[in-house]
Amino acid sequence: MNQWEVVIGIETHAQLATVSKIFSGASTAFGAAPNTQACAVDLALPGVLPVLNKKAVDCAIRFGLAIGAEVATKSVFARKNYFYPDLPKGYQISQMDLPVVVGGALLLQIGQGDKAYEKRVCLTRAHLEEDAGKSLHEDFHGKSGIDLNRAGTPLLEIVSEPDMRSSDEAVAYAKALHALVRWIGICDGNMQEGSFRCDANVSVRPKGQAEFGTRREIKNLNSFRFLKEAIDFEVQWQINEIEEGRKIQQATVLFDPDSGETRMMRSKEDAHDYRYFPDPDLLPLIIDADWIARVQDDLPELPQQMRERFIHVLGLSAYDAATLTASQEMAAFYESTVAVAGQASAKPCANWVMVDLAARLNKEGLEIAQSPVSPAQLGGLIQRIADRTISNNIAKKVFEALWQGDGATADEVIEKQGLKQITDSGAIESLVDEVLAANATNVAEYKAGKEKAFNALVGQVMKAAKGKANPQQVNDLLKKKLAE
Amino acid sequence: MSLTLEQVQRIAHLARIEVSAAEAMSTQGHLNGIFQLIEQMQAVDTQGVAPMAHAQDVCQRLRPDAVSEGDRRAAYQAVAPETEAGLYLVPKVIE
Repeated sequence: MNQWEVVIGIETHAQLATVSKIFSGASTAFGAAPNTQACAVDLALPGVLPVLNKKAVDCAIRFGLAIGAEVATKSVFARKNYFYPDLPKGYQISQMDLPVVVGGALLLQIGQGDKAYEKRVCLTRAHLEEDAGKSLHEDFHGKSGIDLNRAGTPLLEIVSEPDMRSSDEAVAYAKALHALVRWIGICDGNMQEGSFRCDANVSVRPKGQAEFGTRREIKNLNSFRFLKEAIDFEVQWQINEIEEGRKIQQATVLFDPDSGETRMMRSKEDAHDYRYFPDPDLLPLIIDADWIARVQDDLPELPQQMRERFIHVLGLSAYDAATLTASQEMAAFYESTVAVAGQASAKPCANWVMVDLAARLNKEGLEIAQSPVSPAQLGGLIQRIADRTISNNIAKKVFEALWQGDGATADEVIEKQGLKQITDSGAIESLVDEVLAANATNVAEYKAGKEKAFNALVGQVMKAAKGKANPQQVNDLLKKKLAE
Repeated sequence: MSLTLEQVQRIAHLARIEVSAAEAMSTQGHLNGIFQLIEQMQAVDTQGVAPMAHAQDVCQRLRPDAVSEGDRRAAYQAVAPETEAGLYLVPKVIE
């Protein structure tokens, strides 16, 4: 394994978030009864003509700007010819020589802790195209059933360079791309419904060899786990083939999640077989500078920029910044929390959102947007920790109360349940004195050098204070008294 | 450039057109005639001329993203050879 290098490139089909199809006015809503959203254009009835959906182009421009690519001022639609019953025209309208987006790159954070590293993956291109329909091969008296609702759904096909060197890098790329298309609102990212699916081109070569090995393409991977499993299996399979003296043949394969294996679907027809040519039904797509500028103005702050701001302005670690910008919902929640708690509490806010809140949401199977505790409530709670009204431990109680709806604000919960921290040193001192008097054994043990006895005494004082004493003050006072 | 008979058969297969041996011969003649025309055009110096994607110098018209087509399945399927459960039925295809 060690003398082999893995080379992976990924093609992704992202379904664009439009309400109508790319070349017709039929609906793209998911889950409709078969063929109720397939109009004359989608069915390729004689005499129909495609008219391009402006929103689909907007989405492509947004994507191009978000990855720092060149948005082509002139791009051309081409016919990709092949015969399959779920493609009524006998060709798919796609783009070949002049795609709408050229170049660009994604910056990935891979791994955690000491092994974490950054990797830049370059993109080759992204182009607009239409989806095909769906074939159902269950038994219809020995025939196949065709549902054309999906035919004509707008897709952005995003093609990466063969820059990835492991299945982990491939998954990191797919996740970053998935997060980005959702972030900029061009794709809902729903992988179960096929809105975001990946094909992985995988090859292996001896380490140090400049030329790529022969690649096989794994089609239609619709989860990150399958992407990793399929690549891992395929890599091992290719290495075994080569080590046993066989040559890899270029091919298209499918991944079977049940067996965990890839199997050959068809040997790859070469590109000429698709007989691409410019579609005479469609004129060149012209995107002028004004249009690009309008889309640019409308673009939100991107995850990469936000990560850098979190690191440099708020002082978060790279890991925290990456976690908090995993989705726009998460980032928005965090920013609203900091807005209330204050920038000085940026780090505690990060911990509360990433640890306490995330764990609670996870337990209930909720998304962050559904959190019963609002950013304003959480921010208010963190404020009370910062100004020492409550300790971290008590804060967890207050958080739970807010979660259960036992109060509209942290202040209200603290007031109602009498949780305000005792910071009056006189009051704490008398508690300390009581505890020292009642626990002579612990005191003796501590003086004999047993550190553990000290913790027991702290625990006793906190218990006497019902958890409301400031732990630091208790520590200091105890030490002082015991030293006397 | 001229096409061989095998190439003609291959193109016919890609286009899913059945041609008999006799037809392949005459088709070969026709296609090679077209190739001569293309060769003539390729002799023109096009250095520095951008490839033309469309005969007219106009650009693509766009439509707003709105649903304008309702469900007309019943009408469309009335002319289909065979349907069941809302699906169009076709000879079995397996990948």
